[in-house]
Amino acid sequence: MAKKIDLPLTEKTLSELKAGDNLMLSGVLYVARDSAHKRMAEALEKGEHLPFDIEGQTLYYMGPSPAPPGRPIGAAGPTTSTRMDAYTPHLLAAGLKGMIGKGVRSAEVKDAMKKHKAVYLAAVGGAGALISKSVVKSETVAYADLGLEAVLRLEVKDFPATVINDIYGGDLYIEGKAKYQK
Amino acid sequence: MREIKAGDVTEAVANLFKQANYELGEDILNALKQARREEESPPGREVIDTILKNADIARSERIPLCQDCGTAVVFMELGQDVHITGGDLYNAINKGVRQAYDEGYLRKSIVARPFSIRANTGDNTPAVIHTDIVPGDKLKITVLPKGGGAENMARLGMLLPADGRRGVVEFVVGAVEEAWSKPCPPLIIGVGIGGTAEKAVAMAKHALLRKVGEPNPDSEIADLEREILEKVNNLGIGPMGYGGRITALAVHAESFPTHITSLPVAVNLQCHSARHREMVL
Repeated sequence: MAKKIDLPLTEKTLSELKAGDNLMLSGVLYVARDSAHKRMAEALEKGEHLPFDIEGQTLYYMGPSPAPPGRPIGAAGPTTSTRMDAYTPHLLAAGLKGMIGKGVRSAEVKDAMKKHKAVYLAAVGGAGALISKSVVKSETVAYADLGLEAVLRLEVKDFPATVINDIYGGDLYIEGKAKYQK
Repeated sequence: MREIKAGDVTEAVANLFKQANYELGEDILNALKQARREEESPPGREVIDTILKNADIARSERIPLCQDCGTAVVFMELGQDVHITGGDLYNAINKGVRQAYDEGYLRKSIVARPFSIRANTGDNTPAVIHTDIVPGDKLKITVLPKGGGAENMARLGMLLPADGRRGVVEFVVGAVEEAWSKPCPPLIIGVGIGGTAEKAVAMAKHALLRKVGEPNPDSEIADLEREILEKVNNLGIGPMGYGGRITALAVHAESFPTHITSLPVAVNLQCHSARHREMVL
């Protein structure tokens, strides 16, 4: 059974999540991928403010297909998280608490997650149509010039995700592979 | 000599890309259903259920299966007795791509000047086009919208002849293990063995067009496909890397004679959203 979780993640919620848990997320997610990460990391390096308050928030690595008339968004599944790894430790230091993507993270990101007590969740890659049904509202909040890579604020209801890395060092990718390899 | 209008090519390409992005083929759906029955891992089974549910929603509500609507890869088998009239053939294909990605609300993911400004071309062109000239007076067009996550895990190895069959198996299994959870398993693994470097890479991609799980007609290659599939599924990666017995649905290998000094091996991974459609004009 999936656990119902409200966003933004609280300290209590973070302490209860374990690698392998299935979740249904409701609340606000911020969407950012490659180019937006690069700009956010550059802004932090220069001591500038980010275009939204990242403290306690969750980032979703995604670039949607265009919204057809009458829908808030097009297909909206996760992209591979690896490409965000170089920028992630800076964002975790700035207060980011949750990330949603797909695929393994670097050792540096996992160390930073432990240090700042943050979690990494995965959504099912290639399930863009299904995931789009959990998006209630989508608006661009920054870097509109980046087009499909702009920062979005999403309101989601029962967004399906699975815990990969919890705050205790649990890692579903490593544990799952070890369990079923022969 | 038979005439085919460039406009008919455009229309065919536009329809094929839209259909491919909304509807998975029966072969891949059946392979996923079979995998659902065989998968031992509960999270693995849940992932496959999600993938099948996604396919239903995409088909019935005309939402793309995946937000990554891919690079527009087009394979053509052009009969030597065909004459294309009313325009340039490659322009006709790119026009079809432009039309599909615009009208179909498909994501335009192609950027020009890849190592510098990476500016989006705005219409998902240019297509990557492979043309074979064949006997006859027909034109077969196959489209393959190829997602970036899986394509990024492609590998080429110029092995030594002494590495032999074992070297080929180890190279392919190693590529899948290295890719791990990133290319959206369960996968279809395209393998090209022999030829030259670029021939091997092209065969690995072309092998993805085969009906899922249909073995190579050459029994020695079919045997190699079986061995690689078994070893890959023993890695434990499972659907989306959550752990499980089904990391790949099929291995499709193609082979070509090679130079006395060479043993090229290429791997091209196809994610579970194995979208391709074909038609004959």
